[in-house]
Amino acid sequence: MTDRPVDAGACEACPAHHAANLIRLGVNMANWDYVVALAGNPNTGKTTVFNALTGLRQHTGNWPGKTVVRAEGGFAYGGDRYKLVDLPGTYSLLSTSDDEEVARDFLLFGSPDVTVIVADATLLERNLNLVIQVLEITDRAVLCLNLMDEGERRGMVVDDRRLARDLGVPVVPTVARRSRGIPELLQAVADVATGRTTCKPHRIEPPPGLKAAVEELQAEVSAAFPGLPNARWVSLRLLEGDPRIVEAVRSGEIADLGRHLARASSEAGGARLEVS
Amino acid sequence: MEQRSHPETILSRAGSLRWEAGRDFHDDLVESIYTDAARLADRAVTRAGERGRFDLDRTLDRFVTSRWLGFPLMLLMLTVVFWLTIEGANYPSAMLAALLVDTVHPALKGGAAAIGVPWWIEGLLIDGMYLSMAWVVSVMLPPMAIFFPLFTLLEDFGYLPRVAFNLDGLFRRAGAHGKQALTMAMGFGCNAAAIVSTRVIDSPRERLIAIITNNFSLCNGRWPTQILVATIFIGGLVPAHLAGLVSAAAVVSVAVAGVLLALVVSWALSRTVLRGEASAFSLELPPYRPPQILRTIYTSVIDRTLIVLWRAVIFAIPAGALIWLTSIITVGEASLAEHFIDFTGPFGALIGLNGVILLAYVIAIPANEIIIPTILMLTALSVGSDLGSGAGVMFEPDSVTEKARILKVSGGWTLLTAVNLMLFSLVHNPCSTTIYTIYKETRSAKWTTVSALLPVAMGFILCFLVAIVWRALS
Repeated sequence: MTDRPVDAGACEACPAHHAANLIRLGVNMANWDYVVALAGNPNTGKTTVFNALTGLRQHTGNWPGKTVVRAEGGFAYGGDRYKLVDLPGTYSLLSTSDDEEVARDFLLFGSPDVTVIVADATLLERNLNLVIQVLEITDRAVLCLNLMDEGERRGMVVDDRRLARDLGVPVVPTVARRSRGIPELLQAVADVATGRTTCKPHRIEPPPGLKAAVEELQAEVSAAFPGLPNARWVSLRLLEGDPRIVEAVRSGEIADLGRHLARASSEAGGARLEVS
Repeated sequence: MEQRSHPETILSRAGSLRWEAGRDFHDDLVESIYTDAARLADRAVTRAGERGRFDLDRTLDRFVTSRWLGFPLMLLMLTVVFWLTIEGANYPSAMLAALLVDTVHPALKGGAAAIGVPWWIEGLLIDGMYLSMAWVVSVMLPPMAIFFPLFTLLEDFGYLPRVAFNLDGLFRRAGAHGKQALTMAMGFGCNAAAIVSTRVIDSPRERLIAIITNNFSLCNGRWPTQILVATIFIGGLVPAHLAGLVSAAAVVSVAVAGVLLALVVSWALSRTVLRGEASAFSLELPPYRPPQILRTIYTSVIDRTLIVLWRAVIFAIPAGALIWLTSIITVGEASLAEHFIDFTGPFGALIGLNGVILLAYVIAIPANEIIIPTILMLTALSVGSDLGSGAGVMFEPDSVTEKARILKVSGGWTLLTAVNLMLFSLVHNPCSTTIYTIYKETRSAKWTTVSALLPVAMGFILCFLVAIVWRALS
């Protein structure tokens, strides 16, 4: 942005103007700078968002479970190259279906730099169940509040700013089918990826009777694996006896996770802005 | 490193804490997530007006998933789609045939003769490769260009999950997974793609059932066969103004028979080699969304129609060469094709088909799309030169009437042949792409073999039984 001519209008000064700089790279995703994961409930328009960003034409169908494999694509924006990974749609990350495992493992071990959670604005409550779980795992996320037009059609008003405050991550209302809100989404993703925005994600209150147990375990996990961003979530999973997480703790895989993220955020650097 | 931070220590501490926490940990956690989500959503969302206004989605769902109207509406919807396809495809199909087969083909032959191309090159390239390609384009392109966009519009609108919802009970009673209804619907487009989509089914047992029975969904490679045979032989039984509708109904009956077969075979498998209980799942009925008509037409023409057509053409070209070669290479008195047709003729007749059809199904293993063109060419060849102008030269029929004349007069086809061809086209081995996909997905030579051979064996038995009953009654 430094090389902009002085007489640039207000529009060009606005960061969202970068949308003009979106270069859709399709399947060409060599030398990426950041990895962006797309998570969300089934049938919220994840694939439509994916297509809007990458220029690919994955078929989108109006039924849940359409994306059965992880799709990947790329785009360049504001001088950085992003690899975008479309995860299978899931309602939660807790139970044991294959889809949920693929999505969960990628969020945890694939260490995306940003996770875009696509939510159906008309079914916010149900979608938030997943959002809350994703925010337990990662603290670099953007909520894409999709299908806003359907919400408007039903006379719903979603206060995205209040939601952003409550969740502690950027919230961008979109209508991905008509590319409404995509420029703003890109900017939010870039801000989180480069560290211009720091998220303070909302965390679940553990059930009252378990608070002490969670805190005790969390302290031990943090001590054993310094830098781990989701020690509390790991403790919750250990308490529940999740075999994949037990294995990762035993083998030390969890520790790599902490190191990777510590490196990523020190590289990002730059001026930091709290989401408000 | 401190002693307390060793992984095993943490794990054992977690174990004892879990013990103290008691049995309901998972439920408590899920509940706190739900409570949180409800609270956050409540803070963020304001609804206009107290009660929801007239809800179109819910009203529509009351009809299309109704206990009484659900199935009739489904059948009606399918019939309308096929009727539009049959009525709409007839004229452009005839035009394409007139252009590619009646005009370009003689022109190519004339050109080749003028520059003195050797007869065997001319035969292989023009009478073999070009003609089979021309046939595939004129037989397949119009119905696909109408059927795919219509089907995709229904899919985008949100109708497919309602179909799955209606069929779910049936599949559960057959011991299969309810989502099999969705993968089955995908199979109406392409079996190979549908087999990849069975990944939505988590249980390996139910997934295998879905894979093995997917072949009973008529794929787009087989629709043209069904539509053409139904138009000629079944539509021909009734007055012209009813022909389109009756043909569509015949095609729908075959498709419905496929669904019933899938259910019966699923039931049999889940009671024998793949024993087990159906697992529960939740199916979301997504909101109806207005389909983006222009984009849908564009993507279904580009992504589906042209890609499928291209695949068919690629397979048709070598097949055309093969057909020409088998008809030109003679061993003893007759050509290879005639040997095969004569050899399998009695068996074909026993099951109400004929040697030409059986040979066509061998040649068309790579792609079901080319069945009709292959049958037409082989029929012309096997009955000698009264239609063409010399050995290895294909005839040039220009319309449905002409195709009908060839099959009825020259091929000796009866209504039984037509009905059995429609059934055999439904129940026979999957195409080679699908077989390969099954192998990739199951990684099991055994299940791949079962998926390939079970339907073809069933097809023979089914046609045989129909032939016996038919002959006993007539």
